[in-house]
Amino acid sequence: MKYKDYYEILGVKRDASADDIRKAYRRLARKYHPDVSEDPRGEEKFKDVSEAYKTLKDPEARAAYDNLGKHRPGEEFRPPPDWGQGFGDGSFSSEDIDLSDLFAAFGGGRGRQGAMPIPGQDFEVTAPISIEEAWRGTELELNLSVPEYDGKGGVRRVPLVFKARIPKGVTDGEKLRLPGKGGKGLNGGPNGSLYLNIAFKPNPLFRAVGHDLYLDLPLAPWEAALGASVEVPTLAGSVRLKIPPGTNSGRKLRLSGRGLPRRGEGEGDLFAIAQIVVPDTLTEREQALLKELAAASKFDPRKAFPKGDGK
Amino acid sequence: MKLEITDAEWLCERPEVSLEELVELSGLSPELLVELVEYGALAPTGTISAAGAGSRTEAQPMQWRFASDCVIAVQTVSRLRDDFDLDANALSVAMMLVERIRGLEAQLQELQSHLPQPDRQVRRE
Repeated sequence: MKYKDYYEILGVKRDASADDIRKAYRRLARKYHPDVSEDPRGEEKFKDVSEAYKTLKDPEARAAYDNLGKHRPGEEFRPPPDWGQGFGDGSFSSEDIDLSDLFAAFGGGRGRQGAMPIPGQDFEVTAPISIEEAWRGTELELNLSVPEYDGKGGVRRVPLVFKARIPKGVTDGEKLRLPGKGGKGLNGGPNGSLYLNIAFKPNPLFRAVGHDLYLDLPLAPWEAALGASVEVPTLAGSVRLKIPPGTNSGRKLRLSGRGLPRRGEGEGDLFAIAQIVVPDTLTEREQALLKELAAASKFDPRKAFPKGDGK
Repeated sequence: MKLEITDAEWLCERPEVSLEELVELSGLSPELLVELVEYGALAPTGTISAAGAGSRTEAQPMQWRFASDCVIAVQTVSRLRDDFDLDANALSVAMMLVERIRGLEAQLQELQSHLPQPDRQVRRE
């Protein structure tokens, strides 16, 4: 397994006091905790910080960690053969576990509580799905590596591969639960749950807010002024939308029921947001017509502005 | 290889959850949840048996019902407690702030969705 320098991660000396370790942890937790931090890599960093603290705050686990000796971070190593004696029966197969798994038996006393039923651990993963998948419902293949405890302090990493059926009706930021798919309970304790955090992948056309969808609808100035019937994409295919004459930029045109299905029944709406766009380059004829329009029109788009003195 | 298919369930099947379910979903103790209610960070929306229970503060905690959308907030609070060693009072403050941030983020996301995204849309051709 790969060595991690827990002291370096927390930024403390190897002889730091328990108090220094706690302070260092708290400082870093405030900086990187995913519920608190704005750092996009915060979650990853917090995992390391939290793993380091969990081990170093427990005097027994810290002593056992120190016992592993000092290695370079990332260096492959094996615990000495007699390591772990006296902490459970230490039956690890050290190839397929993480360093953190070695210490999971400490502190909480997992595996040392005899016959007490211990509920399995809950796992939480992000499930990226597309808006189309949320619309139809989907099956998501999950491929995880999770720790498995044998109840005597032994632990190994096992692959957890299965498909989760995501019902239609989910939306961005929602959480789903797979009961029993978390860690195995010990001594008759119930298995934990696996939580899926639904996260929509970016879509080039649609933006989701709850079950409503938003779509930019580019219109030529003459379409917006005169009204038009245009084709608009929806998740169920294109539909024709009537643009009323005099449609301004930013106006929201509602396509009722064309959003995402809600849980149970009903569905959200699709809002097409009018956006007036002009050609990058004009043909001679277009230019001539627009000049004619400019000369003929009395329309003043800035009539709300105070009248200047024309300087 | 044929993979086993498991149905993902909604966090709560019903629009309301009981204190017991909240305990199961969050890992927080019933005592701590009662304390959060006492501090006003968490508000029961009603009780299981309206008949004979009197007002909702008089009702026994085990009869309380909570709106199920508080589950995510309570899970967040549970993480904060574990990761920052917070007591009930600090947690109740954190919970109110977390809720406020969630509300603001939802509003921000909604407003951003209303804005045209010219780079994404118009330049596609």
